[in-house]
Amino acid sequence: MIAYGGQILEHYRHPRNAGSLPDPDISYEDINPLCGDRIRIMLKLAAGETVDAARFRADGCIISQAASSLLTEMVTGRRLDEIETLAPEALLQALQWELRPARIKCALLPYEILQTGIKEYRREHR
Amino acid sequence: MNLDAERLRIDFPLLQRTVHGKPLIYLDNAATTQKPVQVLDAIRDYYLSSNANVHRSIHTLGEEATARYEAARDRVARFIDAPREGIVFTRGTTEAINLVAQSWGRCFLREGDEILLTEMEHHSNLIPWQLLAKERGVRLVFLPVHQGSLDLDRLTECVTRKTRLIAVTALSNALGTLVPLHRFREAARSVGALLLVDAAQAVSHMPVHLAEIDCDFLAFSGHKMLGPTGIGVLVARPDLLERMPPFLGGGEMIREVWLESATWNAIPWKFEAGTPPVAGAIGLAAAIDYLDRIGLKAIQAHGMALAQAAASGLSEIPGVTLYGPRKGEPRGPIVSFTCDGIHPHDLAASLDEEGIAIRAGHHCAQPLMRRLGIAGTARASFALYNRPTEVKTFVKGVARAVDLIRSYRHA
Repeated sequence: MIAYGGQILEHYRHPRNAGSLPDPDISYEDINPLCGDRIRIMLKLAAGETVDAARFRADGCIISQAASSLLTEMVTGRRLDEIETLAPEALLQALQWELRPARIKCALLPYEILQTGIKEYRREHR
Repeated sequence: MNLDAERLRIDFPLLQRTVHGKPLIYLDNAATTQKPVQVLDAIRDYYLSSNANVHRSIHTLGEEATARYEAARDRVARFIDAPREGIVFTRGTTEAINLVAQSWGRCFLREGDEILLTEMEHHSNLIPWQLLAKERGVRLVFLPVHQGSLDLDRLTECVTRKTRLIAVTALSNALGTLVPLHRFREAARSVGALLLVDAAQAVSHMPVHLAEIDCDFLAFSGHKMLGPTGIGVLVARPDLLERMPPFLGGGEMIREVWLESATWNAIPWKFEAGTPPVAGAIGLAAAIDYLDRIGLKAIQAHGMALAQAAASGLSEIPGVTLYGPRKGEPRGPIVSFTCDGIHPHDLAASLDEEGIAIRAGHHCAQPLMRRLGIAGTARASFALYNRPTEVKTFVKGVARAVDLIRSYRHA
């Protein structure tokens, strides 16, 4: 049977930042077309540049839920430009668990959604 | 009549391998089947002894390759019980349906015409029609799914004088539902519409004979019926093929070419532009030989028995919901289910650790999943080489995985 270690079960059992923000500056949702997982990530910014609060809503597997939780924790308090240069490997490393290739996509779904959300925000506020 | 799965497994060397140290239990046959050595040998033998381009070379190898390629067409024709000039080789079911949409659809459909589909179609029998509908102003009408089955009571009202085509699957890849094709044939005939059948799942599971189904187009893929990837078939009424314009242009499909214009080859070659998948066709013919030797009736009984056993076993696990045919009903070799509070991906990943390969997700039927109110299901699909013991191991595996994954949340 499958075993999950590292931060995966910890974040799956005790998700940080699950829920919604009333008036987010960035709110972006997407699906993984392969499995139908759906995640929304919301950010409230301070001074238009620093993440004051992050929330996620995930209809997804253990890994995508845990990764969403961990990612929102990682980006809280960080500046948008720092987040934009955050490598996907940083999230995978922070999970502290080696994933099979098929499931790396699950872990990176919230990452892709976060980055696209920030890109959209940049486009609108140019 | 009975099928000895244990004995014919010798023909499928891949099934002997292990996954994560456990014997492989391959239950993703609706996605693609494994290949018997007879198919691999046929492909290998072709490349080792007769490889050449077909239809254009005057030398011996060219003649041999052409003879083998065209013999494969005859084999398909005999298998489906259709005239050989109505057998067009394609890359697969998807390309076959796109061929009909792009050639027949663009030529013969006008704004306001209607195409009837169902809510349980695979994306390959949906998107080609969406593309056509956008381009030509054709309206798509959908027979609804009610509690996992087609709502056949609504069929009459979905068919109008404007209906030009009904395109429907014979066996749902997502749920295992067997579709009563005669109802769709009657509905199509009542308004003079054509009938296209997506037989991608049905063709390796049950006897599929054109004369019996009496449809105008039928599409299937080689790789879901023990054959190689990259080969599929469109079976079409020859008089329709005669009137349809070419789909792809290039070599082989022409008769005479000038700089500004060309005339077309006879059917079916008019629809086979470029060098065709010769080895694929030969492999497909070998796969058909294999299926016929075992017997489609025996395969059907075997697949249905495995699926019913799986459905029955799964239904005893608390929190499991089954979709599609009800218990004991005739069904295809497919069982689709969800477990309360457990994502299908997590279940599939857990079973993979036990060497059990199942599919998890939307099964290329997102509208159907939306209609069922779920993101996806876990799906086990069976083939002639699966054994009752594998079904038992699978059901036990699901029960254990469910317990384990639930424990994650509450530990």
